[in-house]
Amino acid sequence: MKKLIAIVLCLLMAFAAFACAQPAASTAPEAGGASEGAAAADAAQTYAVITKSAGNPYNEREAAGFEEAITEAGYAAIIKHPAEITAEAQITLINELVAQGVQGIAVAANDVDALETALKAAMDAGIKVVSLDSSVNVASRMTHINQAGVQQVAQALADAVLDLTGGEGDWAILSATSTASNQNAWIEAQKEIMKGDAYSGLNLVEVAYGDDEYQKSVDQTQALLQNYPDLKVICAPTTVGIAAASKVITDEGLQGKVIVTGLGLPSEMAEFMGEGNVACPYMFLWNPIDVGRVAAYALIEMVNGDLTGELGQSFVAANGTTYTVTEAGDGGTEIIIGPPFAFTAENIEEWKTVY
Amino acid sequence: MPTKSGRTIAATKEKSLKSVFLRWEFLLILLFLIVNIMNASISKNYLNATNLFTAISTFLVKGFIAFPMAYILVLGDIDLSVGSTVALSATLLGVSYNAGLPMGAAVGIALLCGTLCGFLNGIILTKFTELAAMIVTLGTMTLYRGIAEMILGSQSTGGLQNVTWFYDLYYARLGTVPYIFIVFCVLAVAFGFILHKTTFGRYIYAIGNNRLAARYAGVPVQRVRLICFTLVGLICGISSIYYASWMGTVRYDIATGYELEAISMVVLGGISTAGGKGNFPGTVISIFTIGLLKYGLGLINVNSQTILMIIGAILIIVVTIPNLRFRKHTEKHALASSGTAQ
Repeated sequence: MKKLIAIVLCLLMAFAAFACAQPAASTAPEAGGASEGAAAADAAQTYAVITKSAGNPYNEREAAGFEEAITEAGYAAIIKHPAEITAEAQITLINELVAQGVQGIAVAANDVDALETALKAAMDAGIKVVSLDSSVNVASRMTHINQAGVQQVAQALADAVLDLTGGEGDWAILSATSTASNQNAWIEAQKEIMKGDAYSGLNLVEVAYGDDEYQKSVDQTQALLQNYPDLKVICAPTTVGIAAASKVITDEGLQGKVIVTGLGLPSEMAEFMGEGNVACPYMFLWNPIDVGRVAAYALIEMVNGDLTGELGQSFVAANGTTYTVTEAGDGGTEIIIGPPFAFTAENIEEWKTVY
Repeated sequence: MPTKSGRTIAATKEKSLKSVFLRWEFLLILLFLIVNIMNASISKNYLNATNLFTAISTFLVKGFIAFPMAYILVLGDIDLSVGSTVALSATLLGVSYNAGLPMGAAVGIALLCGTLCGFLNGIILTKFTELAAMIVTLGTMTLYRGIAEMILGSQSTGGLQNVTWFYDLYYARLGTVPYIFIVFCVLAVAFGFILHKTTFGRYIYAIGNNRLAARYAGVPVQRVRLICFTLVGLICGISSIYYASWMGTVRYDIATGYELEAISMVVLGGISTAGGKGNFPGTVISIFTIGLLKYGLGLINVNSQTILMIIGAILIIVVTIPNLRFRKHTEKHALASSGTAQ
């Protein structure tokens, strides 16, 4: 009798596991099933994206973009979130995908080197591998999908400053730390661009460093306002800096007199943007959905076309855009998506809930 | 009369416990089979030996820790510092290799570091016997990881797989069987033998059942505990070496959560956290049950968080079943004995 109870409970438990497993398992084919007759296509090609962690809105948007693009092409997409934000958990997922025999894997890496052996094994098994958002080392990938190149970020920021100052006047940069490599690359490129004639009326008064600390960025903004009464624009290519500067401008009622722009998170910046007289009329960042989409396009092209991720190759994606494989800073190759995405009064409401 | 009935209940407890453990093994094997049949039937990719061993290797890295953890739980103690010990040992391995030491020396340092970490836990717990193992190891858990963070900061230390033999530790295979699997089996047999067939093993059970009684019976309680905690450290050192060989790069925040995984493997294996109960083969079976269940669910792309949830639910259900049975048994027996008394 008791034995019977034990067995029944055991079976129940197995069914519970089954029941939990089934719906989750069927989401992938369902996603692929959006296009008719996808069953055959599903069996033919499956693509997977591995995020850094579950519950990361930015990553989830990337995964959503990836899934959209794969589904539109008539294939099946798998989205995998690791159990923890570790390379170890991602390796487990890669192993599972290799065992399933998927065609392509896109991964936003938690560690630049640690995924190497697992991803190499995947590539040895004929699986196409790209990294997106956060890259893996050169040996572990065929190419990297980069949000936006240094030049494009610098160009967008330079044009924003030109536009917001009205062509002439004082402006300042509020950066993160003086050693941050991406910040310095953007600032240097921006300075280089602004040597051009179109920008000759502009006067960069200072590059201030807020160290990506909110209070220090506030202090630096106040110092800038104090020292340069004619300051027209503060350009902060850091999410902490732009939020701090906007806060100061708003608190002191200087909206419209001193304008803030730069790179910022929509969720943090929404209160300083929108209709009317606001501290920040527009700013930039990447569009994570596009990052995911381009990763998907690249993988599809690698599986069905000639793309291998070698320098100089290019392909036309399903959205009609031509993407070119360029040299990346780490000696490998990358595909740059395009100019950074502009957040304006019109779209900020929609994006602030995203990330 | 009350003394008499009390004695009978104590006697039946002993007997029914024994049968519960027999059943437990049975349950566990049943669960193991169900998991495997389920996996094989829902995913056609499951029974591929190469991939299966790849997956097995990944959970064996932490599976090692369940062996000495079983000893610790039978002792009635607990060790929460294992994940941090692995992290610190692996950190030292990486740092000393990158400082120019030969890999052999770096491996030695990792083993030594692990052993010392375990020894420190043991020394504190045996010198100050009134301290609870949970509190002390909770402290050393943050201490060891803190030291690892001081050494490495947010950097990682890599290039470890450039040494071929070190890379082979984790990745080399004998046919399709990875060497780590063979090492695992050998260690499993050794640990099982010591626990069940030697005086030392019986000491462990004696201490777990009643520490005071064991001491009066002449069991060197504190020495046994010290040895067991040091053994945990040593195995953590081995685990850290496999981890480093597996990843090729080390950070201070690796191996987080290993303590809970090791403990749940042991508990699912039928060893009670209260000490003195359970046996070793159950632990080995449950290491594979949990690991393969995770792999199988991963293969059909179940969300990682959902997998953890399923494992948690299974753990609770499996731990509850024998208790239900046990309660019924004692109730029935109490009824029967009271019947004869009247």
